[in-house]
Amino acid sequence: MARPGTAAEPLRVAIVGAGPTGYYAAEALLKNERGVVVEVDVFDRLPTPYGLVRAGVAPDHQKIKAVTASFDKVAANPRFRFFGGVEFGKDLTLGDLRAHYHQILYCTGAQTDRRMGIPGEDLQGSHPATEFVAWYNGHPDYRDYVFDLAQERAAVVGVGNVAIDVARILCRTPEELAATDIADHALEALRKSRVKEVYLLGRRGPAQAAFTNPEIKEIGGLADADVIVRAEEVELDPLSRATLDKSQDRATLKKVEILQGYALRKPAGRSRRLIVRFLVSPVELTGDAAGRVVAMLLVRNELYATATGALQPRATTQFEALPVGLVFRSVGYRGVPLPGVPFNESWGVILNEKGRVLDPCTKQPVVGEYTAGWIKRGPSGVIGTNKPDAAETVACMLEDLAQGTVLRPAHAEAAAAEALVRQRTPHCFSYADWLRLNELEVSRGRPQGRPRVKFTRVEEMLAALGR
Amino acid sequence: MDIAGILATKGDKTHTVRPEQTIREALALLARHNVGALIVVEGGERPVGVLSERDIVREAARNEHLFGETVGDVMTRDVITGAPHDDLLTVAHTMTERRIRHLPVVDKGRLVGIVSVGDILKAQRDQYQGELDTLQTQFLSDERGR
Ligand SMILES: Cc1cc2nc3c(=O)[nH]c(=O)nc-3n(C[C@H](O)[C@H](O)[C@H](O)COP(=O)(O)OP(=O)(O)OC[C@H]3O[C@@H](n4cnc5c(N)ncnc54)[C@H](O)[C@@H]3O)c2cc1C
Ligand SMILES: NC(=O)c1ccc[n+]([C@@H]2O[C@H](COP(=O)([O-])OP(=O)(O)OC[C@H]3O[C@@H](n4cnc5c(N)ncnc54)[C@H](OP(=O)(O)O)[C@@H]3O)[C@@H](O)[C@H]2O)c1
Repeated sequence: MARPGTAAEPLRVAIVGAGPTGYYAAEALLKNERGVVVEVDVFDRLPTPYGLVRAGVAPDHQKIKAVTASFDKVAANPRFRFFGGVEFGKDLTLGDLRAHYHQILYCTGAQTDRRMGIPGEDLQGSHPATEFVAWYNGHPDYRDYVFDLAQERAAVVGVGNVAIDVARILCRTPEELAATDIADHALEALRKSRVKEVYLLGRRGPAQAAFTNPEIKEIGGLADADVIVRAEEVELDPLSRATLDKSQDRATLKKVEILQGYALRKPAGRSRRLIVRFLVSPVELTGDAAGRVVAMLLVRNELYATATGALQPRATTQFEALPVGLVFRSVGYRGVPLPGVPFNESWGVILNEKGRVLDPCTKQPVVGEYTAGWIKRGPSGVIGTNKPDAAETVACMLEDLAQGTVLRPAHAEAAAAEALVRQRTPHCFSYADWLRLNELEVSRGRPQGRPRVKFTRVEEMLAALGR
Repeated sequence: MDIAGILATKGDKTHTVRPEQTIREALALLARHNVGALIVVEGGERPVGVLSERDIVREAARNEHLFGETVGDVMTRDVITGAPHDDLLTVAHTMTERRIRHLPVVDKGRLVGIVSVGDILKAQRDQYQGELDTLQTQFLSDERGR
């Protein structure tokens, strides 16, 4: 049988997930240097593309959100098609894709959150940061979530960049937020917010904090919030000191310096206080009679070195109670299994080797199935980290094609795939639809001096398109 | 980033050998799996040593009867093991400092994977490359319409 990848018979690839990884993979496939002619169809369960760039990246970080313009360039390729509002596992099955594509690439990201595993975690008022982030960014699934912003004290567990995003959004003034593309419902709710104190809780010390330097620096410049750090908590313990002396890692040295600088600051009496704590772990959330969280019990940690010298936290016997009415756990995202696709429970990713999906029994690659991005390696790294990651997977895909190891679909024509999708999801969204929605969002924002005003309901988007 | 991120894209197979197996058998395994080292495990999953190409070469240089020796006699004992949540930077330092090429990763007493110096270097390079690629993607976006 002739090998696909020619103008007469292009290699047809289905990409599931239109986040950064989906675009980077599509780009690598369409611009491949082996001269293989490829057609990609990109599916997303949301009507809108860009994944976490739209639904995760903070609204007050417009500069990074602008990466979408490069993604649009990829989408302008005539051999790129987008089908929004099409969910793998629901609207389309693995069997459907196998019947229409030579290769299938899963780039579905990490759709849920990790849990802390402590009592009281599910009390009212305790939420995963993932939900709050999706809500303020206007993700349609989270449109009607409610967060009790009448509380005066909130805690964010974890000190990664997502935790910083959440704390920063809680500490911004309505004026600061109104200049962003934060979802309207969130802007309204945050305008009325009575949150005065926001705690960021790190379980290890300042030298092990997961946030990056520009992010920790940024909170020092908030318009109406003081950053408060305890000097004794950012003083390095002997183990951290020794590790840092040896590594001389510049980013970490700088991070510690920034935090120690905050410890020297005198609070300026601003309306809000962002308090960054280290070496504490929540052990329990306590509730009132109505099941609402009212306090958090913290244990003080000390650090110990593992066999490789990595420093990890260990609980002491010192406890403290922190009264809080709102808790966001920001301890990491986690991938969810896709129906019919092998999953590696240990790491919360699709079972894979360099992006080739593996059969759980034979440990051999499954013909025609691949993965990239957060669902391949786990929820870490910035937008661009997904580029080399996608490139690695695409290299495997092209190598396998060269070996003739691809699916042999019964209907390998673009028209057949489209007919199936339209039959299953009559309301699916094309890239042209998205570009139109984008224009409308931007023009709705203009009179208010905002980058855009987002549509946050699927029905709203359909109506805006006159459907 | 922690080393679990490396294991995530390495499937879930770790190539192991038992201490009572012969070097001849171990060599066959190294060749078949195209790897530089095997983790020596006892009782199913408890790592007790590492058998690397280097261990075998060192033994070969002084022992004519190498092939029939047992893995347990030739392997490196007292291996350092990693934990999934150990961070990349520290592990990289420790591996280079102590000249360890293969690090078994153990979680709750169970062998869950192995990372090599090559894996660590690649992960560090990808992390750095990712930052550059973010900037480049931003830069290409700025060129909009120009
Ligand atoms: C809150 C937050 C803020 C961040 N801020 C920054 C930042 O400022 N700068 C930076 O560089 N990086 C940032 N990152 C990291 C960056 O967003 C990620 O590296 C990147 O988005 C991961 O890309 P991905 O394509 O693998 O996954 P995602 O971006 O999550 O995309 C996955 C896509 O798959 C779709 N999907 C999922 N399941 C299905 C299904 N069954 N069928 C069809 N489609 C499906 C989803 O709808 C989604 O569109 C942030 C991450 C988070 C969580
Ligand atoms: N501006 C940006 O560039 C930006 C913005 C947002 C996100 N991102 C990226 O997106 C990725 C995901 O970010 P993230 O913040 O979700 O993850 P992350 O960087 O992995 O941070 C997770 C945080 O949760 C802590 N944690 C985990 N389990 C815990 C527990 N049981 N109890 C207490 N604390 C716990 C971790 O502490 P330990 O370190 O001790 O485990 C860490 O501080 C990161 O790579 C990040 O850089 C980038």
